[in-house]
Amino acid sequence: MGKFKKKKREMGAISTASLPDIVFMLLFFFMVATVLRTEEEMVRVIRPEASEIYKIEKKHLIRYINIGPPQDKRYGTEPVIQLNDQFADVAQIRDWVENERLTLAEAEQTKMWVSMKVDQDTKMGVVTDVKQELRKASALKVLYSANSRERTN
Amino acid sequence: MARREVPEINAGSMADIAFLLLIFWLVTTTIDSDEGVKRQLPPPVPPDMEQQEVKDGDVYNVRTNFRDELLVEKEVLSIGELKDGAKDFLIATGTGLLHPERPNVTLGDDNMKYPERQWVRKAELVALEQSFLAAGQEKRAEKVQEKLKAIELFGSDYRELPGSALISLQTDRNTSYDLYLQVQNELEAAINELRDELALAKFNESYASLEERYGRTKEESLLDKIKAIRLVFPQRISEAEPRDASQGYY
Repeated sequence: MGKFKKKKREMGAISTASLPDIVFMLLFFFMVATVLRTEEEMVRVIRPEASEIYKIEKKHLIRYINIGPPQDKRYGTEPVIQLNDQFADVAQIRDWVENERLTLAEAEQTKMWVSMKVDQDTKMGVVTDVKQELRKASALKVLYSANSRERTN
Repeated sequence: MARREVPEINAGSMADIAFLLLIFWLVTTTIDSDEGVKRQLPPPVPPDMEQQEVKDGDVYNVRTNFRDELLVEKEVLSIGELKDGAKDFLIATGTGLLHPERPNVTLGDDNMKYPERQWVRKAELVALEQSFLAAGQEKRAEKVQEKLKAIELFGSDYRELPGSALISLQTDRNTSYDLYLQVQNELEAAINELRDELALAKFNESYASLEERYGRTKEESLLDKIKAIRLVFPQRISEAEPRDASQGYY
């Protein structure tokens, strides 16, 4: 019987030269896939969860109203309304809707969506007031911003 | 001049640099998602509008109070029970399309609190269409034609909700937004589940998928199916005009 000689093979080091390329690809993927927040959030919003979720395809039609307690404690802890980059009053909503509508092309002005980002602990009073103002301004398409979850049985 | 060999630059740290960039990006960006529960607000009410009388059984009353409790049809319910309650309300007397409709609805003496679905019959619709066309009322004739189309798609007559049947939601100013949205969500889930059931039975496809496919292809035949199902299960969730609790609606 012949004896087998155990050959010791040297494993070549795995080349890591392509690693940077892979990581760069990841980086670019994330850069392209994420949507940058265009405005600063001045109120803290923890979104509620819902199962009947609708996703708006045409993002340029959406305008945001944020309602929640201010991030900066110096402004108190009661929920406030944020329109664009500043705190606002309920009475300002109608003007705001008119102005935002004008930023859209004429054909799309009736298709504007108002996305309400409301903190889940907010009381309905302020939300109802905002909704009433939106109705008066004829901004009737509303999206209650929420995170998606499974339907309960 | 002597030629100098240029030494190869070590690219081993390149990966680290790229990783740093990647992690920096991941930490600084927040993904902004635009999804949520969609609602169409009613147009403002003219001050001189008359209050319509509705039968008590035709309205499914949902109220929420400042302690985040639900009062549904004068009973205290938990949020988990709301969906089934709303489903029972919507198909209490059966749509005339599915068998069995819903086993746990027993129509006893207390079925007066449910709206009674009315038969939509083809023969009557055809006569109605003729009379509308003769009178030149095309808008109303169109509505009748939609119902005829639905009967054609379902392959049989069906029962529709009376016009006054609706789900009414009244929210106290001190209810939390979370509960409000959960109520909205459960009510919509009830309608969507019924629509799905019907669509699966009649068209072998869920309602959600019909809508999704229509969104992509804009196919006319899909729209007809969607409209037919909406005729059987219309989304009629109405929010009461806000009132002050001090006016005593409790």
